[in-house]
Parts: sequence; C-alpha cells; structure tokens
Amino acid sequence: MDTAIEMARDVREGKRSSEEIVQECLDRIEGGNEKLNALLGTFDDALERARGIDERRTAGEDVGPLGGVPVILKDNMLVKGERCTAGSRILENYDAPYDATVTKRLRAAGAVLIGRSNCDEFAMGSSTENSHYGPTRNPWDTDRVPGGSSGGSAVAVAAGFAPLAFGSDTGGSIRQPASLCGVVGLKPTYGRVSRHGLVALASSLDQIGPFARTVEDAALALEVIQGDDPLDATTVAGADASIPELLERDVKGMRVGVPKEYFLEGMDEDVRRTVMDAIAVYEKAGANIVEISLPNAPYALASYYVVMPSEACSNLGRFDGIRFGYSSEGSTLLETYERSRGEGFGPEVRRRIMLGTFALSKGYADAFYRKALKARTLIKRDFDDAFKDVDVIATPTSPSVAWPIGEKFNDPLAMYLADIYTVSANMATIPGMSIPCGFVNELPVGLQLLGRTFDEYALFRAGAYYQSVTDWHTRTP
Amino acid sequence: MSLTNEEILHIATLARLRVEPEDLPRYAEQLGSILEYVAKLDELEIDGVTELAHGAGLTNVFRQDTIAPVEADVRHRVIAAFPHREGDLLEVPAVFVDRTE
Repeated sequence: MDTAIEMARDVREGKRSSEEIVQECLDRIEGGNEKLNALLGTFDDALERARGIDERRTAGEDVGPLGGVPVILKDNMLVKGERCTAGSRILENYDAPYDATVTKRLRAAGAVLIGRSNCDEFAMGSSTENSHYGPTRNPWDTDRVPGGSSGGSAVAVAAGFAPLAFGSDTGGSIRQPASLCGVVGLKPTYGRVSRHGLVALASSLDQIGPFARTVEDAALALEVIQGDDPLDATTVAGADASIPELLERDVKGMRVGVPKEYFLEGMDEDVRRTVMDAIAVYEKAGANIVEISLPNAPYALASYYVVMPSEACSNLGRFDGIRFGYSSEGSTLLETYERSRGEGFGPEVRRRIMLGTFALSKGYADAFYRKALKARTLIKRDFDDAFKDVDVIATPTSPSVAWPIGEKFNDPLAMYLADIYTVSANMATIPGMSIPCGFVNELPVGLQLLGRTFDEYALFRAGAYYQSVTDWHTRTP
Repeated sequence: MSLTNEEILHIATLARLRVEPEDLPRYAEQLGSILEYVAKLDELEIDGVTELAHGAGLTNVFRQDTIAPVEADVRHRVIAAFPHREGDLLEVPAVFVDRTE
C-alpha cells in the first residue's frame, strides 16, 4: 500500500483520483473490518468529498498537503454530524455538533475523513477490550489484542484501511498499540496539538497524534494538525514552526541515551534483545550511545495512576444524564445521576472514577494527588537532566508483544503495567514515537524514541534514518 | 491500603455512581491492589518539590472576555443532543423535589 505522501503526490499530479484511492480503502474495510472490528463506522460522504477534491484539482486548485488522502479518526474526536461514542454506552447515540480542531485542520489540508475507529471506553485501557462495541483484534494474530487505547487506529493502518489514522495518547495510547501492530505512532509534545473537540480523559496528559507506516508520513501529519488554538489554552504559541524536510538521513554524532531503568530483569528477553539490536543500528551509523539514568522512572506509573484518574473523574463529571448522552431517570435528581452514570459507564471507567474520586477526597488529596504531582516534577527533572547529554532516548515501547485477548482483562493492575515504558513521556510532557523494529514469534516489537519538548524533529531524524536502513515497516500482516 | 465497604460506598456517592452490594468485594480487591501499587510513591523524598502544572511553563493564559457567536447549525445540533427538552430549552429535574411520594 502507498504512503500518504505518495497518494497526495499521485492526486496532485493527476496520476490517480482521490475517488479511486478512497474507494480502494473502503473496499479493504468492507473485506477486513468484520473480523478485526477496528472501525465503528465509515462516513457516508467520503466518496463525495473525494470527488470534490478531484474536481478542485482538475480546476487547477492546490488541494493541500494531504489532498485526497483517506484518513481515519479515533472515535473520541468530533466530526460534525457523525456519531462519536468514545467507545462508551453513555455516548451510544451522540452525534458531534461541531468539528474538533484536528478535524478542521485535516479537512483544510485536503484529507478525506473516511471512518471512526474503535477504542477503549473513554481511552481507558491498553488493549481495546474495554470498548462497549467489542474488542478490536490484532491483524498479526486475531486471537491477540492490538494494544490500546487507540487500537482501532493502529489496526486500521496495519491492515491498510488508510495510510494515516489518528489517536490520542494519555499514557501510551498511541505508541503502545503502534508497537503491538507494527506501525509508527507519535505522541507530540503536550501543547503542540489542540485538544479542542477531543473527548477528554486527563487534560494535562492528553495529546492527539498520528499513526502511519513511515516516519515521513507521521511528520507530515503532525505538520498539518499542530499549532496553537484559541479554543485550547494549553496550546503553546510559536510551537507550530514548520517541520523541516527530512532529506537528511544521517545520525552521525547524534547522542542516543539508553536508560538503564528501562531494561530491567523480568522484561521479555526477546523484546529486550530486539530493541538492543535496533539501538546497535544507530551505533553502527556513527551515533554515540550513552547509558543514562532516569532515577525516578520506577515511580512514573504509580504517579500516573493517581494523576490520570483524578483528572478523569473530574472530566467525566459532565456525563450526568442531563445535558447529553445516555439518561436513566430516577425518582430524585441524585438517583438520575447515579443511574445514568452507573448504567452508561463500563467497569474500567467506573473503576477509574472511583480511584480518582478517592485520590481527590478530603483527607487523601495531599497523600495521593498532591504527592503524585510532586513526583511528576521529579520525573520531568530526570528528563531535563538527561537531555543535557543526549539528543534522543531509546527504549522499548512495550515490555511485551501482543498478548492473547482476555489474558489481562480481569486484572487491572497487570493491564496498567503494559504502559510502564510510555507513561513517563506524558508525565514529563515530552514527545515520544514508536517505530517497528523487529518481530518476536511473528509479532511486532516497537522501539520508542523520546525527545526534548518541541523537538519532534530529533525523533523524525532518528526514525527516518532507521527506516532507511531497515525494512520492518514494510512488512504487512 | 485496603478500603472498607463504608469507604467504597462513600466514594461512590461522591462520584455519583451506583454501586451494587454484590460489587463491593470486587471494588475492594481491585482498588486495594492499585492503591497498594501507588503507595510506592511514599518512598520518594518530595519535601520542597513543587507540583508540576504545565510542561512548557505556561501559567495563566489571559484573553479578552468577548462574546463569540455560535453558528446556528452548531447550536441546533447541541440542542438536539439534550436528553429532555422543551422547545430550545434544556429540561432538568427539580433539585428539591422527592418524587418517591
């Protein structure tokens, strides 16, 4: 399957029509989605929009950097007039009243939105099993999970439903499924991409980013969706500098940090070896491999599982059975709240609401919430110190390859541990990217690259180099 | 750290979630194991450490308090999503009425 850059070029040069490209993707979805359950719906106007791009091109107009390219959005980003469920029963009948900022920017760049992808309910999960609409399956082995929470988007790219898909990453929800499905997944720096129109999980951690086959496609996607937005006050002005062309495929002299805390005993030995082999590729190319220490890394997940549910329980307060979404009327107002939320939210969402409510409650907020925010400062400081000596940090994305569906479903703590290598980037607000770096038992392994805040370019440079000398990213299930 | 049934029911009320009695043991077990893991944070020296607010150092972001009109189409769609309405108005149950009588 062609990359997004190749498709956009073909459309621009008149070699292929967007209609033809979009139709091919819709055919692939038609043939493959029943088994994979990656998409919850396709958009009826996709072909019409594609023809609109073709007409504009024929009339000599510039159709934009993604002109005519089909893209898929996780079902927690608003597309005006389309259903948006966030994988939850509580939004089963909710139609988006407006476009998310990311949606608007994709449209402005000429992208053709073709469907919405399955995810863990409210993006809470690491396996896409927590969706009210059934689990998504990994195309490399359909008895296994695709990772999560943006599992549907990862699978959509891996299965060729579209060259680009978008997800949200609060603690690894783009990078971890990208790793388990053998595609590229990027979590940008917090503040680079607007969260307006994204169904909120944890507002200080959430960030939207792309899934793609190649690093160049991910870079182009980021260039399209980034930039400050008056509708999201946490976006940073001036952060939307153009990402330079990635012609320079060279890592000579680049300093690659390898944190010892990320390669502890007990991790999957085959995954460890595969990731070390990937790091050796950089060494061979003349990069300096530097062992570093992130001493507070072992506390990142514990801190995350206080901060995230605290913010989540607050954000989910808006689902009250009164304003929008599922409503179950009780005999008192309190009963209406309790019934609507109790029946509308699934088990994992209820669990995290309970956890967050506890961490913020009187008598416990200092011992839990405030302490976790202080730990967060220490985690960020570790990275600030490390990036004085290195340009990027290389780690495994996930401690294991994709596991069988059901294996961790009833053990929330075991499921949470799947995020152990990814949450730090969200806690420290730095960018992170997972790229395919090999296979263990015919299941994909991902290399995670972490960079300084707003230095996604370093990740693209390191990632594009790796893809220029390896072919893992060209393999398809 | 483990939670008693009373604590779980108290949290559930604060969270406006109905918890059925038969679910209490599962909540106690699952929340207990997560809180036990989170207690790792007690090992950290955090005296004098400030709480992280925004990674890029943003503090307050001010803007003019101006009224921005909403497109009529968006307004209609928001209203259409109300569970109960009277005309264009959101209908809400009264706060101080007990309808059990």
